[in-house]
Amino acid sequence: MNEIRRMVLRGAGAAAMLAAGLVATGRAFAATWNKDAFGAKNSHDALASLGAQNAVQSKDVIIEAPEIAENGAVVPIEVSSQVPGTRSISVLIEKNPFPLTAKFDFTPEAVPFLKINVKISESSLVRVVAEAGGKHFAASREIKVTIGGCGG
Amino acid sequence: MAGAMKARATVKDGIADVRVVMNHPMETGLRKGSDGKFVPQHFIQNITVKLNGRTVVEGQISQAVSRNPVFSFRIKGAKSGDKVQISWLDNKGETNNTEAAVA
Repeated sequence: MNEIRRMVLRGAGAAAMLAAGLVATGRAFAATWNKDAFGAKNSHDALASLGAQNAVQSKDVIIEAPEIAENGAVVPIEVSSQVPGTRSISVLIEKNPFPLTAKFDFTPEAVPFLKINVKISESSLVRVVAEAGGKHFAASREIKVTIGGCGG
Repeated sequence: MAGAMKARATVKDGIADVRVVMNHPMETGLRKGSDGKFVPQHFIQNITVKLNGRTVVEGQISQAVSRNPVFSFRIKGAKSGDKVQISWLDNKGETNNTEAAVA
């Protein structure tokens, strides 16, 4: 709110208001957040909520991540998919209280690629699922954590 | 203190590498504050990345993304001077956004 007030006081133009998401553009801000999938307490249910329960293992789904994360609160991972026509990539952390951590949708103008920092509560399998043409492709990687990332 | 939301975009061979740093506590709701009470959930849920006003990436994230999130994306067909706009929306309805010109 302060951000908006500052912009108005500075006499910011319509473009700035648009950028702040205050004016409806042709495409509204994606306000959908998949509560069912993000609320799932295990990978199986999360994948089912995403329609990805039949994901096949694929070498074209690539995960770059440390084998051992010293700080479970900030684990950098890089994920990408070389499956042609990839439209989305989801990241699940098996042992987290709620495994689904991210789901990114890509238009054809974006490379199906993402670098993200995640919290890992304890040593866990990290699963990445790519969706292309209605089919799902997956890969996984075990990440060991020396200091867990969820609590204080 | 992490500072304001900042993005940087550089292009090579028609692909823009975009890096954005966001300022957000990303509270999971599982952490106890100094008063011994659980700090309520407060985290970014939606992220939108646009190139010259056209949405190219949309993300939904959970409270398990790290505090002060940092993301990298790659956008095709970008050239020097193109504008990359990134915005987020959190579970309390708060938003923020930033824009960077592709270098």
